[in-house]
Amino acid sequence: MDCYTANWNPLGEETFYRKLELYSMEWGLREDLRDCVVAAAPYGGPIALLRNSRRDKIPGARPLLEIYSSSGLLLASVPWKSGRLVHLGWTAGEDLLCIQEDGTVLVYNLFCEFKRHFSMGNEVLQNHVLEAQVFHTEFGTGVAILTGALRFSLATNIDDLKLRRLPEVPGLQKPPPCWAVLSQDRVTMVLLAVGQELFLLDNTSCSVVSPPGLSPSAGPFLHMAVSFTHRHLALFSDSGTVWMGTASLKEKFCEFNTGIRSPPKQMVWCTRPRSRQRAVVLAWERQLMVVGNSSECIRYKQLTIEVLLDRLVLRRLYPLAIRICEFLRLPEIQGVSRILAHWACYKVQQKDKSDEEVAQAINQKLGDTAGISYSDIATRAYDCGRAELAIKLLEYEPRSGEQVPLLLKMKRSKLALGKAIESGDTDLVYTVVLHLKNELNRGTFFMTLQNQPVALSLYRQFCRHQERETLKDLYNQDDNHQELGNLHVQGGYCEQRIEGRVAALQNALDEFYKAKNDFAAKATEEQIKLLRLQRHLQEELDKPYLDLSLHDTVATLILDGHHKRAEQLYRDFRIPDKRYWWLKINALATRGDWEEMEKFSKSKKSPIGYLPFVEVAVKHHNRYEAKKYAPRVPPEQRVKAFVLVGDLEQAAEAAIERKNEAEMSLVLARCSAGTDGAVAEKLNRARAQLLKK
Amino acid sequence: MAAHLSSGRVNLTALREAGRRELREFLDKCAGSKAIVWDEYLTGPFGLIAQYSLLKEHEVEKMFTLKPGRLPPADVKNIIFFVRPKLELMDIITDNVLREDRGRSPQRDFHILFVPRRSLLCEQWLKEQGVLGSFIHREQYSLDLIPFDGDLLSMESDSAFKECYLESDQTSLYHAAKGLMTLQALYGTIPQIFGKGDCARHVANMMIRMKREFPGSQNSIFPVFDTLLLLDRNVDLLTPLATQLTYEGLIDEIYGIQNTSEDFFDNLTVEQEFMSGIDTDKVNNYIEDCIAQKHPLIKILRLVCLQSVCNSGLKQKVLDHYKREILQTYGYEHILTLNNLEKAGLLKPQTGGRNNYPTIRKTLRLWMDDVNEQSPNDISYVYSGYAPLSVRLAQLLARPGWRSIEEVLKMLPGPHFEERQQLPTGLQKKRQQGENRVTLVFFLGGVTYAEIAALRFLSQMEDGGTEYIIATTKLINGTTWIKSLMEKLEPAPF
Repeated sequence: MDCYTANWNPLGEETFYRKLELYSMEWGLREDLRDCVVAAAPYGGPIALLRNSRRDKIPGARPLLEIYSSSGLLLASVPWKSGRLVHLGWTAGEDLLCIQEDGTVLVYNLFCEFKRHFSMGNEVLQNHVLEAQVFHTEFGTGVAILTGALRFSLATNIDDLKLRRLPEVPGLQKPPPCWAVLSQDRVTMVLLAVGQELFLLDNTSCSVVSPPGLSPSAGPFLHMAVSFTHRHLALFSDSGTVWMGTASLKEKFCEFNTGIRSPPKQMVWCTRPRSRQRAVVLAWERQLMVVGNSSECIRYKQLTIEVLLDRLVLRRLYPLAIRICEFLRLPEIQGVSRILAHWACYKVQQKDKSDEEVAQAINQKLGDTAGISYSDIATRAYDCGRAELAIKLLEYEPRSGEQVPLLLKMKRSKLALGKAIESGDTDLVYTVVLHLKNELNRGTFFMTLQNQPVALSLYRQFCRHQERETLKDLYNQDDNHQELGNLHVQGGYCEQRIEGRVAALQNALDEFYKAKNDFAAKATEEQIKLLRLQRHLQEELDKPYLDLSLHDTVATLILDGHHKRAEQLYRDFRIPDKRYWWLKINALATRGDWEEMEKFSKSKKSPIGYLPFVEVAVKHHNRYEAKKYAPRVPPEQRVKAFVLVGDLEQAAEAAIERKNEAEMSLVLARCSAGTDGAVAEKLNRARAQLLKK
Repeated sequence: MAAHLSSGRVNLTALREAGRRELREFLDKCAGSKAIVWDEYLTGPFGLIAQYSLLKEHEVEKMFTLKPGRLPPADVKNIIFFVRPKLELMDIITDNVLREDRGRSPQRDFHILFVPRRSLLCEQWLKEQGVLGSFIHREQYSLDLIPFDGDLLSMESDSAFKECYLESDQTSLYHAAKGLMTLQALYGTIPQIFGKGDCARHVANMMIRMKREFPGSQNSIFPVFDTLLLLDRNVDLLTPLATQLTYEGLIDEIYGIQNTSEDFFDNLTVEQEFMSGIDTDKVNNYIEDCIAQKHPLIKILRLVCLQSVCNSGLKQKVLDHYKREILQTYGYEHILTLNNLEKAGLLKPQTGGRNNYPTIRKTLRLWMDDVNEQSPNDISYVYSGYAPLSVRLAQLLARPGWRSIEEVLKMLPGPHFEERQQLPTGLQKKRQQGENRVTLVFFLGGVTYAEIAALRFLSQMEDGGTEYIIATTKLINGTTWIKSLMEKLEPAPF
């Protein structure tokens, strides 16, 4: 067994270590790495090199940007033709960020192919980049800049660029000896050292912080390191002390005096998977030191299989990636589909093949594999200037909704409209319709909608909320006079002046006639007549009448004793007798005008009978008046009427006379034992007799 | 907590949990303290998913109602708008954002959460107003079907019926289809789809298309539902108009109505006469008297519509008489409401002089004279004699099948159809002896408590063989339903 432990050396009392060479670098570098701007991607990713142009020996010679695999194989190289480079860094997706002095950031893929560029803003452009850092948080890859004006600017996610300029650090006269980006509770901050002080900069403030338990002998800070997870922080001070703790500066893990007072060249956190140790590795010119303590276990397994596959895809090793997927039996969507999609996006860039060939090749390989987005591939084709190929590819896309944005971008709006309708997604239909509206002249736009009823009704909905005038035009085009009439009615209610309302109603009336809706036309005519009359009443009687319904107008007139005028309206508007009688007796009762009511009841035979008179009077707590009408109620309602006025004796008599058992029971139910004994007895007798027969 | 959701045959807690998870994930994306600005319409539905405590746990410190003007002061890092994707609301948000004090320190971050779906249209709108860039996160929260009870899901969409049947805007149907896809993702593919009505057809088409659009995404969950029944509300316009006579239904109806008990019974008598087919073809005295006494307009509209539906439309003369009475009594502005009711088919002139209702009533046994309300043996107990048409359709579908009522189905509006969704052999159900089938009945355009009660009654029948889960765009009753169709014209003061 001893062969396993043979090459392990003791480190302290309980820990052992061993040294072995995993592989040797393949590259034959002519110059020292010290003379280059270097960036190595995490997790054994690629390494980028640019010979530092400042130190270039031959003036005017272009520096070379080179990308190597982690084992030193040259992947690609390209002469650097852009501005002065300050910093290189890799994104989480293995894109290379080249940060120039003027704040421009150029993005390359790992084959040294230029992808895009963005700027870190005007302030950076004016004051230049002094130092830069590329950092990774859960939001993605970010860039932090220290400008010549000693201000920090940062973008948390370069794929969704939002530049933030951090507040000024009071008293900062020269670049800080060390600084780092921290991400805590999803907030990104900058920690910097100025002499013996530590400052924490967030979006709005700059505060002084101090690490807990830092020994008083620790001098100014020279170096700091944040762990990959942003949870741990290490600080190196000029007394040679290393302080290790949480990045929140709430807890200290340990402190160790290295005995070396010069700043280390590098200081990094080292937390191996499954390791129980949190350690910081410090490197000087000729010395390497591991500082750590044993405590709880921290495990990170961040390089997932998906990321591994992504890396293979980035290196265009498609067949290998697919073999791995198959071997691991990954679900199609996570595995093979994704790789094929990447392959296809690469394929569309092959300019030596015809559109037809490429489209067919792609469809042959991809078929209808789950999770393949033909529209994404088509978008890529379009971005490479191959519109025809894009259209061909879109034909393979089963999700009609997905086709819409690209079709719009390609100015195939009518095609897009059809696809949007097919998808059933009304939001997409709206989007295309509004697009068409801007793109086409009004006539053509309307014509296009005519053939698409779904789009037309949605556009009407849009106009109903946003452009009422256009709605009129649409209905006009369809000769939809009913809806035009309705629109005029609605418009009338927005009018501030009565003349405006009348004019709008007049328009509505015309439209209703054209629509052959005689009922609506007549009703509107009546409405105009009523409005005019109400204005007249309002002026004459000095009381608001406008906008009362016809019913309320007549009722108000009666309540105020204008019986003649009420009568006039009843005739002019041909109010049915029954309704007019109900209206009038209710109004008279409310007014308490019992005399007028009695007179009215005798004016002619009541079309609603006399029970309503009883009911209305009872409702207004006037039994005396109610009793007057009870005898006039026809026999079939008379029992109910006498019960209502509380005359149980008469009610009983009426019920007995009608030989109606149900009515007898109704009256009996109202009889109380104390006062109505005689009535009850009479009823019981009559009922018994009735049942005998 | 939430025990009521897991009590039924299908455990709906899973659906709510999925909803909560999605909400938490979004809140955590907006780091730091937050204030939520609510589209008022959403507070109710959200209340069914998450209590305030959940929001608080995720650093929501303030809540405001969305309205134009400057946002109230709040010392928070994030302002999150919870809104439906409506342009009117985008205008308000734009106003809020533009009025935000730029010199304010610390600056607040803006985010939008669209419910239930992100909208290109709205984002385009915000872009044109120049504020789109102000929002750090723009996301969607797919709150389509909200669990209400152990057997009840609602989309809580007030305007679904109006939009579908009056405005030909099928947005809510798209959401319904999406909601059904989510449901299938959680509870398995539903092997059989039946439907009746144009909207039902449209939803089924979208579901089939959505499934086809993701061909490889084979669902490997054992199906919980055997059947989906999609029903258009306009296949059965009658049921919501009638007064519900179950306990829950009655509470729903009485709430907010102050009628004397006597009038209530007169009202019921007339309703029952109509539903049993008595005197539906002439002007009704009770309705006339109610108008003359200016009873609440909605009550009148319910009765007139009920009469119209029970007579397959009214004679032109009768219809015009009612309309004129209504306009003269309640105001001419209601001409637009009447027009809406006509468009929705609730009020119409009889065409062709043919009244199909008696045939439908007899074939589907909609009117039962001998109702046993103490120990009911038929669904007609929920309306004291009237068996809801919609529920009869569900009942007859389960047994003996719709083939037996082809003739009547043709008289009702819209197509009826059947679709099958293929299941992999491993997922096909082998029913145990005596095991009930589970049917999801989706009411497109609203469902009443009485219909729910009737379906629950069928679920509980010993030899029923089918248990029902109910989904709807909205819980309605005659009053809320008619109200949603009324045109609110408020005259400008002269």
